[in-house]
Amino acid sequence: MGKKQKGKASVLFECPPLITAAASVVGKKEGEGPLGRYFDQIEADSMLGKKTWEEAESELQTRAARLALAKSGLSREEIRYYFGGDLLAQLIATSFGAVNLEFPLFGIYGACSTMGEAMGLGAMVVEGGFADHIMAAASSHFASAEKQFRFPLEYGNQRPYSATWTVTGCGTVVISKGRENGAQENAGQENRAMAKITGVTTGKIVDMDQKDSMNMGAAMAMAALDTILANFRDLGVDETWYDRIITGDLGQIGRRLLVDYLLQAGHDIRKRHLDCGIEIYDSEAQDTHAGGSGCGCSASVLCGSILPKLKSGEWKRVLFLPTGALLSTVSFNEGKSIPGIAHGVILETPKGAR
Amino acid sequence: MEIDKKEYGEYVKKVTPVHSTARNILRAFVTGGAICLIGQALTELFLFLGAEKEAASAWTTLSLIGGSVLLTGLNLYPRLVKFGGAGALVPITGFANSVVAPAIEYRAEGHVFGIGCKIFTIAGPVILFGIFSSWLLGLISWAGGAMGF
Repeated sequence: MGKKQKGKASVLFECPPLITAAASVVGKKEGEGPLGRYFDQIEADSMLGKKTWEEAESELQTRAARLALAKSGLSREEIRYYFGGDLLAQLIATSFGAVNLEFPLFGIYGACSTMGEAMGLGAMVVEGGFADHIMAAASSHFASAEKQFRFPLEYGNQRPYSATWTVTGCGTVVISKGRENGAQENAGQENRAMAKITGVTTGKIVDMDQKDSMNMGAAMAMAALDTILANFRDLGVDETWYDRIITGDLGQIGRRLLVDYLLQAGHDIRKRHLDCGIEIYDSEAQDTHAGGSGCGCSASVLCGSILPKLKSGEWKRVLFLPTGALLSTVSFNEGKSIPGIAHGVILETPKGAR
Repeated sequence: MEIDKKEYGEYVKKVTPVHSTARNILRAFVTGGAICLIGQALTELFLFLGAEKEAASAWTTLSLIGGSVLLTGLNLYPRLVKFGGAGALVPITGFANSVVAPAIEYRAEGHVFGIGCKIFTIAGPVILFGIFSSWLLGLISWAGGAMGF
């Protein structure tokens, strides 16, 4: 087994890639939420000046990519690959959003876990020497998701308390080659970096026979648990190794399930667990019920709020764990259960000697 | 770690909060009742203005549908349903909402394949099974008549 492979599902990088820039573009509701001041751009127009919801979501990706590129100080040609994804069928938000970016593109689908998948793959490509700089991005839009998965926006219905609110937003990171042991060449870059990616634990499908598409936290919680336990086992660590374990969009119910079942497994993560979906909205004031969801939820919270805390050194090590519910309207109508997945990315502060 | 799926499902049920049925029923009663009251007031108004009884109820239906369409377009009807639940969904105003909402949403996909194909995505089943059950009842009524009931 190669030196970088750990256990069954994890890798630890010998030369951890750096997150050198991050950008987040979100909608009005997200801007009005508790994390509003951390996002780079808050767009008041939910159509973003476009004609359709799908075009609006594509525009989120285009803008976030341009912003991340500007922040990184790199030229467009230096970005070798773009790993992007969204929730829409056939990945149209990514395809159309990347048209004018002209990056070589890997379109990926992991439902709301997409950001973890994109960063994991991107980091491996960079560390493997196949690229010096890549971009990883994920987006979602409340209206395009409602239209595809649920009802037209103007249709009246009552959302259950377990339902989540799809985040309108996009988060994009630039991942660059890290510094080789002892080498001076990338030292400056390391000092400017927001975080380094030291490892990845890739999730597997976990299906708990949950069929309620209005309670996705319950469908995904055990996938998060599975990836967390795999991470601990593969690396021989436990929860105390991390300052924070941050799931993507489990929401209130999913969080409770994850915490309770992890306690049964002998791990108490209550003090160090955060969920991007719970953090992004004020569920009472903003009437979002269980929390936020969507690819853009974990991606924008990562870029807006998590990475700056790693950069400042407030958090030393974080397990970033976007969670996805892999259902489609077809599988749902055909009575299938909702398979869950969670992709773990280990992020560390760039501060201090390796 | 092996987790029993059935046990998990039961635990999920236990920790998932649900809407209070009593409160929902009360709100549905108030909302549905209010819509019916408006309907009755409209009928009285049309009768007062000199309409025949049948014409008055037709005008009432049209007015309620028109009002619902307007409220849907202004994105106010969903708020009414959020409060009133079935009380706002069951009357004809709810049916109008379920037809107009897809029409607005799918306009972007074209007049034929967007509005044309998808306008009845929500109301379609109501129309289909409504017609089917009236056909069935008609059959029973005809059979009953033929047998001398």
